[in-house]
Amino acid sequence: MELSLLSFVQIIIACLLIIGLMVGNAVIMVYIERKAAGFIQRRPGPYEVGPRGTIQAICDAMKLLGKQLFIPGNVDWALYFLAPVLAFLPVLVLFLPIPFGKYLTTLQVDDGILLILAFAGLGVISNILAGWASNNKYGLLGAARAVAQSVAYEIPMIMALLAVVFLTGSLNLTAIVERQGTWPWEWNIAYQPLACFIYFVSLVGETNRAPFDLPEAESELTAGFHTEYSGMGFALFFLSEYANMLLVSFVCATFFLGGYRGPILDGFWWTFIKAYAVMCVIVWLRWTFPRVRFDQLLNINWKWLLPLSILNLWVTAIIIKFID
Amino acid sequence: MAAPDPIMTAKRIPITKAEVLPPIIDLKPLNWFFDVNRAMSLWPITFGLACCAIEMMSVSMARFDIARFGAEVFRPSARQADLMMVTGTVSKKMAPALVRLYEQMPAPKYVMAVGNCAISGGPFKFDNQYGIIEGVDNLVPVDVYVPGCPPRPEAILEGVFAIQEKILGVRFWPKAEEIPSPKAEPKPEKA
Repeated sequence: MELSLLSFVQIIIACLLIIGLMVGNAVIMVYIERKAAGFIQRRPGPYEVGPRGTIQAICDAMKLLGKQLFIPGNVDWALYFLAPVLAFLPVLVLFLPIPFGKYLTTLQVDDGILLILAFAGLGVISNILAGWASNNKYGLLGAARAVAQSVAYEIPMIMALLAVVFLTGSLNLTAIVERQGTWPWEWNIAYQPLACFIYFVSLVGETNRAPFDLPEAESELTAGFHTEYSGMGFALFFLSEYANMLLVSFVCATFFLGGYRGPILDGFWWTFIKAYAVMCVIVWLRWTFPRVRFDQLLNINWKWLLPLSILNLWVTAIIIKFID
Repeated sequence: MAAPDPIMTAKRIPITKAEVLPPIIDLKPLNWFFDVNRAMSLWPITFGLACCAIEMMSVSMARFDIARFGAEVFRPSARQADLMMVTGTVSKKMAPALVRLYEQMPAPKYVMAVGNCAISGGPFKFDNQYGIIEGVDNLVPVDVYVPGCPPRPEAILEGVFAIQEKILGVRFWPKAEEIPSPKAEPKPEKA
């Protein structure tokens, strides 16, 4: 890839579009999540604000914008303000190698998944900074949990993705999609069901969503690492959480669900349909399962997911060796 | 009155009197816009004291569903909440914690006194009682009083509407007595 003026302009435009996608996604997902919560608990959910409650999320965002800017006593104010911004920034880089369509990729790199996995680790740094800088014991405990959880769940996640990479022989996301067929039984989920399951469990753990939302467990740590954040700081954490969810859903769609390829008409709409289907399953999980205990969380990871993913990788490697 | 909060009176955090500065931008449509948004997303703090808290839980569940009006996001942290529902008896032991939670909430904040105990002490108001704050308005400024022992969930919803009306000066939702009731059909008599 040569860095010309054209590619530079292209990346700027793509970044603006990605920011738009992130904000729009947060607005839509807040609405979907609250509606889903309502339907699962047999109540209507947001209903009166706008037609059927559709502008509820925008009202919330505007209200958070209008809240008092607040610095608690004895905080490290530089880090306190840096942390929410830092949570938001790496997500921009993460969306660069995602193939939305066949030619709809911001940055065509040969090791796209490596880029994503490398920068995904930055998200947890912002959690640590938020917990540490806000000078609050609940914040600090939440940050410590976030680190333990993210480090643990990244390993089976990488192992599961590696099995697909073995199958394809490439780290390029477009090549991975191209190798999969158009019909559901030709997608990687049919060849690697165990890897898909492991990836799905670890993406829930990686994005700190319920039932694995230990870093912000209300019942034991007031609100976890964002306890001391009000107004826009909190809104940015929320935005980055939904953006991370969107990213892992796109990776799931690309790796296991055939990306932009579909039975009828290939195109970016398939990527979006599949990614949002994954998102809806994550929301469904959140309102269905109770929160696990922290030792259970780590036991699931180290005693089940990691051995299973290593076994899966091993069997995949042997089969590829003997068939090819 | 409340026992002095040892943390607030300690020397390391100076208690300063807030000085209200005039707003830098004071445009009427802009203020109205933000007020509408504030009224439509009143996030309560997860905070219950006694049996009225059960009614608060009930109002967020099916059948009553405060979520319809965007007020179901119960925030565990006071920093992210707008509305404090004081649901129940405020004992002198609890008072410092309540005041502290109120002071931790950032600026556009509203307090709703739910139930007779929070309004005036209710059944606990008698001579020589030593443990109960007689009315939460002795501690924090209260916006709306919701009477009842405990109030029905509909009353708590009505309290939320009253706060919205206080923010905006306009009531958005129809009053219950203004809605024409469907004509009651005579019940079939049992044979």
